[in-house]
Amino acid sequence: MSGEENSERATLSEVQASMPENGNPLLEIDHLSKEFAARDSIFRRSRRIVHALRDVSFKIYPETTFGIVGESGCGKTTLLRCILQMIRPTAGRVAFDGVDLVKLPSSELRIKRRDLQMVFQNPFNSLNPRLSVLAIVSEPLRTHTKMSHGEIHDRILDLLEQVGLERDHLYRYPHEFSGGQLQRIAIARALSSNPKFICLDEPTSALDVSVQAQIITLLQNLQREMKLTYLFVSHNLSLVNHISDQIAVMYLGRIVEIADVKSLFENPLHPYTKALVSATPSLKADSRKDRIRIEGEIPDASNPPSGCYFHPRCPYAKDLCFVKYPQMTKIDKMHFVACHLI
Amino acid sequence: MHFKTYAGTAYVLKGINLDIHENDFLGLVGETGCGKSMTCFSILRLIPPGGVISAGKIFFRGEDLLQKPENEMMKIRGKRISMISQDPSAYLNPLFTIGQQLIMIIRQHHTLTKAESIDRALEMLRVVELPNPQRIMKAYPHELSGGMKQRAAIAMALSCAPDLLIADEPTTDLDVTIQARILELLQKLREERHLTIIMVTHDLAVVAEACEKVAVLYAGRLVESGDVKSVLYHPKHPYTQALLRCSPGIGSREQPLEAIPGRVPSSFELVSGCDFHPRCPHATAKCKETFPSFNRTGGNHYVACHIYGELQN
Repeated sequence: MSGEENSERATLSEVQASMPENGNPLLEIDHLSKEFAARDSIFRRSRRIVHALRDVSFKIYPETTFGIVGESGCGKTTLLRCILQMIRPTAGRVAFDGVDLVKLPSSELRIKRRDLQMVFQNPFNSLNPRLSVLAIVSEPLRTHTKMSHGEIHDRILDLLEQVGLERDHLYRYPHEFSGGQLQRIAIARALSSNPKFICLDEPTSALDVSVQAQIITLLQNLQREMKLTYLFVSHNLSLVNHISDQIAVMYLGRIVEIADVKSLFENPLHPYTKALVSATPSLKADSRKDRIRIEGEIPDASNPPSGCYFHPRCPYAKDLCFVKYPQMTKIDKMHFVACHLI
Repeated sequence: MHFKTYAGTAYVLKGINLDIHENDFLGLVGETGCGKSMTCFSILRLIPPGGVISAGKIFFRGEDLLQKPENEMMKIRGKRISMISQDPSAYLNPLFTIGQQLIMIIRQHHTLTKAESIDRALEMLRVVELPNPQRIMKAYPHELSGGMKQRAAIAMALSCAPDLLIADEPTTDLDVTIQARILELLQKLREERHLTIIMVTHDLAVVAEACEKVAVLYAGRLVESGDVKSVLYHPKHPYTQALLRCSPGIGSREQPLEAIPGRVPSSFELVSGCDFHPRCPHATAKCKETFPSFNRTGGNHYVACHIYGELQN
């Protein structure tokens, strides 16, 4: 078992060694795992363990956008939370600017959080309804800086302008805004402490397409102006395709394929990626052809299938797929896939 | 149709004219609050309390549904027109098994013995391609996944062989791989059972995949309708064009998403002239004054715009 793990580790470090040469990575995720102890009944002490994340490794380079796609329950949100240490991972390393966040004591982590911010999926839930916009957006400033009231006020006005809101929105409360405006407030809050890195957890899935386009354009402009690095999580492949430079596809807590946008969409290699790409509805006329149909649903994470997790749904599964989990293999400079058939 | 509320009157639908033919697969598209769902509820006369259908007629097989007494409507709902919703877990009863709920609907509309209705229920579960129907019959909704629940809901909706199925965002909550299967199922059922389907969605790509005809709604009015190919590939209305430009697509990375400036007017404010003129890049003085009539531009492609002819040139 340990031998197998070692060989997997070797290929994974190779994965990291050969990502684009954009200087040093801003964020390095190394064999991140998270286990939850699940209880079948509140009266029983059960030993059932759910592996929400298993051996997730990748690197994000400064001023790029790293996209993560996968279906519900594949561990996308758990991954984000583990990176930001909102939940502590069971194993692995999260190096941000060379500092391992996992080992950082919470007092130092709190200071570090200035640089790592998050925008949540549902702005209706992630903003406190009892605080005014001023109070919401200034909260990071009040915790992280010693700015005076006047300075904070001026900074917030700048921020509101940057995200496309008006001056007189300052003293209003969340219920007075539409979903798109609320998400702008959430983005202003994330920007207020001048972070380097922002985690975006499906920031537009609660919004209409026309508003989604506004938010995506805003995020892209802000990235350029403020030299931000994004980790963008979504289940919408077309959207991830639009905003990301690199994409990781997750299935049942593991990354099955990592590639730059172009090769992932033009040459998807993992059968699951192929299925996802072909299942994504498209406005183009000829997209209905050669759809790869996958049967069944995502298996229970507490009891994953043997071998490759995808084999029960995979149309190409062979004998080896039933017994052994495939290693991450390098296809070219920036394309990695975990599949026996490649 | 409008709603009387304490905040004033909300004009939700402002004159919708739609012809739906037998065996059509119509996609009803629009953004939040444009009246997609209200159109569906109006057809079934299930609009929420406070809502009033102030004018208009809804003809179903030559009969005006709005003139029908409530007891006749009850016979139509579920039997001749049925509906599935976005969130099947919200309207499957958590306290009854799928089998009990299916049988309840079947026996409500047909005089069948218990054994006959069980057979019928099992057959319906097979029609929607649920694995192991015997087990599903005994399962409670919480034991099924989202995709399976939606299939069970479709089985229920089709159990009395309706002529018209109204699907209100049937795949919005589902993952893409499951969504693709549900859309395939709806297409198959339409062919096999000679079903007419109205599918409400906000996703133009879903319409392009599944539907044959499409109607685009904006602020309670129909702005464009016609065959999917004609409307989505040669959109005439500026709103449809803008909606298409702001939908991300695979392989269209080089084109930036073009956001539509401004926002959808709330249903409390009545915009003079064309509802879209404050956000329309081509708006003229005429657009601010009168609402354009619904013009035929060829085939069954209709558009409500004053300047669609000039836009093409």
